[in-house]
Amino acid sequence: MTQGQTPTTQLMAVLPGDDPTTASRARPSSGGTGNLRRVILGALGVVGIAVFWELYKFLGPEKGWAIGTTIILPRTNDMSMPHVWTMFERLFQPLTGAANSKMMWEAVVDASAFSLYVAAVGWIIGVSVGFLLAVLMQRFRTAQSAVLPWVILSQTVPLIAIAPLVRRWGSQIEFGSFVWENWMSVALIASYLAFFPVSIGALQGLNSPETAHVELFRSYGVGWWKTLIRLRIPASIPYLIPALKLAAANAVIGTIVAEVSIGLKGGIGRTVIEFAGAAGGDPGKPWAPIFGAIAIGLIAAGIVSVFALFLRRFMRQETNS
Amino acid sequence: MKHSTRLMTGVAAFAAVALALTGCSPGGTTDEDVAAPTTDPGTAETTDLTPVTLQLQWFAQAQFGGYYAALDQGYYKDEGLDVTLQEGGADIVPQDALVSGDADYAISWVPKVLGSIQQGANITSVAQIFERSGTLQVSFKDKNLTSAADLKGHTVGSWGYGNEWEIFAGLQQAKVGIDDVTMVTQGFDMLGLLQGDIDAAQAMTYNEYAQVLETINPDTGKLYQPEDLNVIDWNKEGSGMLQDSIWADADKLASDPAYQETTVKFLKASIKGWIYVMNDPQASADIVTAAGSTLGTSHQLWMANEVNKLIWPSTNGIGITDDAAWARTVDIALKTANDTGATILTEAPPATAHTNEYVQKALDELIAEGVDVKGTGYTPIDVVLNEGGN
Repeated sequence: MTQGQTPTTQLMAVLPGDDPTTASRARPSSGGTGNLRRVILGALGVVGIAVFWELYKFLGPEKGWAIGTTIILPRTNDMSMPHVWTMFERLFQPLTGAANSKMMWEAVVDASAFSLYVAAVGWIIGVSVGFLLAVLMQRFRTAQSAVLPWVILSQTVPLIAIAPLVRRWGSQIEFGSFVWENWMSVALIASYLAFFPVSIGALQGLNSPETAHVELFRSYGVGWWKTLIRLRIPASIPYLIPALKLAAANAVIGTIVAEVSIGLKGGIGRTVIEFAGAAGGDPGKPWAPIFGAIAIGLIAAGIVSVFALFLRRFMRQETNS
Repeated sequence: MKHSTRLMTGVAAFAAVALALTGCSPGGTTDEDVAAPTTDPGTAETTDLTPVTLQLQWFAQAQFGGYYAALDQGYYKDEGLDVTLQEGGADIVPQDALVSGDADYAISWVPKVLGSIQQGANITSVAQIFERSGTLQVSFKDKNLTSAADLKGHTVGSWGYGNEWEIFAGLQQAKVGIDDVTMVTQGFDMLGLLQGDIDAAQAMTYNEYAQVLETINPDTGKLYQPEDLNVIDWNKEGSGMLQDSIWADADKLASDPAYQETTVKFLKASIKGWIYVMNDPQASADIVTAAGSTLGTSHQLWMANEVNKLIWPSTNGIGITDDAAWARTVDIALKTANDTGATILTEAPPATAHTNEYVQKALDELIAEGVDVKGTGYTPIDVVLNEGGN
């Protein structure tokens, strides 16, 4: 299973989150201090960005720096780059000034929770469909030839083209007491982006067992189904984990973009657009939902990391060398 | 065996989570589209309500205040309609939603729809709600841009997507070539103007113009004042085009008497909603905010007041399409070329593109009830904008 490590570590490097090799190294000996160190480093990273922001704002050119009319370095005035504390202060002020208005942070938390929920539904659908497609493609070579090009092509269709179509088709679905709601269209679009890495990663993983192992199973007369459960799926886990993380990132992006696209109310994507107009008069306002979007991304990555820890128990390591 | 059992447990747990998540909807979806509050089931009137969906052009805001007021005040229910206001989004084209049957009526600008009609969308403007265009080009006083002719040699902003035609028409009438100005695509904010990237920025009187007036002027430490700005009003330049109009399905209007009847009822209730906005802009702004708009309160009130100015006083009665204004809009659509040389229309639109038949019936009923449908006594209120519109 050594060849399994290569794609894992490569993909892991792209994603935020823990590397399996460092995680397994840290776990037996000094799990507590290792985690603490990581938390501190993570917090330092956030503070570092804030310091860099303020430093650039202080030192950078007021009118930015442009080559011709193309601005290379951003302007540092309060409209383009409000102070970090302006953004935070805004979070603790009322949203609209109406008498019963929510606080900004409450509105952002509500919208983030909504979007995270929709993204989670999209992720689960996407992962399920992606994995089933991978199993299908592994089982039937014809299916692989027939489906794989479409799987890849599917990702070249622009989201803004399919989003209104999905909403339209969805609005025509109605059977019994079930009525298709707009948030389901957004979840479906999120799943459309999420299934891709899973189907590709899982297919590669399911095909990863060495020929010798597959032939050993065959020589014992083990059927395809048992070979899948005992050999192929455990072998696919190192490929699957990074794919699941990519799928989570895709689901979050898909949710936010689709919300903007079809105007779904309640989520962080639409909040970003709704607040954008306030950039001049209320520079802190447009940044509040951006914090929410970052939080969703981090939480989604965290949830998948926990899920990955659980999955890793089923991974079979041949050696412990 | 041990491993496979564990794996199956994992799969089962995973499936359980999936079911749990898909089974319940996320919080907040109940107010996703604002529908009329339903009364006790079993009463005769609720069972008779005709469901109607109106596709808006954008999110809930005072631009659509009349429809929200009609819903809130129960005017639609009085007419036997159960109206759902479907908000727009970045990629939602209202007339497409109407054509595909996703909505029964749609709000859109006439020049944006004329192109769709030429491409085969069989839809009709049944009421021209906004009599005047609300589009301005806003610039700082020192640029001295007070007419379309002055724009020559300057950077002119527009949102594009069919919002640019009044500018092109105005320039063409002033004999300024499109190559003589630099067109820039604007974002959702007015930073382009405020930071000097755009000399004359596109702004709706009811929205972006207010965004400028809600911003601190760094020179004075106070908010920008109308005296700091010049505006080019396309109505005065003669290139104003018809904006918010209610569109209906022309095929259904021709063949379905029930839809014709619903159209009259829908227009009547909507017009009552707009009269409510005229009489009480503050209350109507509050209704829209309660419906989920996140615009600041002073901004919302400003929008309600400015939208009123586009409707009231109404020359022929609210909703009636003025023949001259329609002809001007079509003429501009036929004769104005954009930067690629294309025009909106290559031939005149069919006669079915607009009708006053249904709105006239609605107005007649209202007039018979003693309602002033022209708003002859209308006077705008003074709205004080606060920083950030709050």
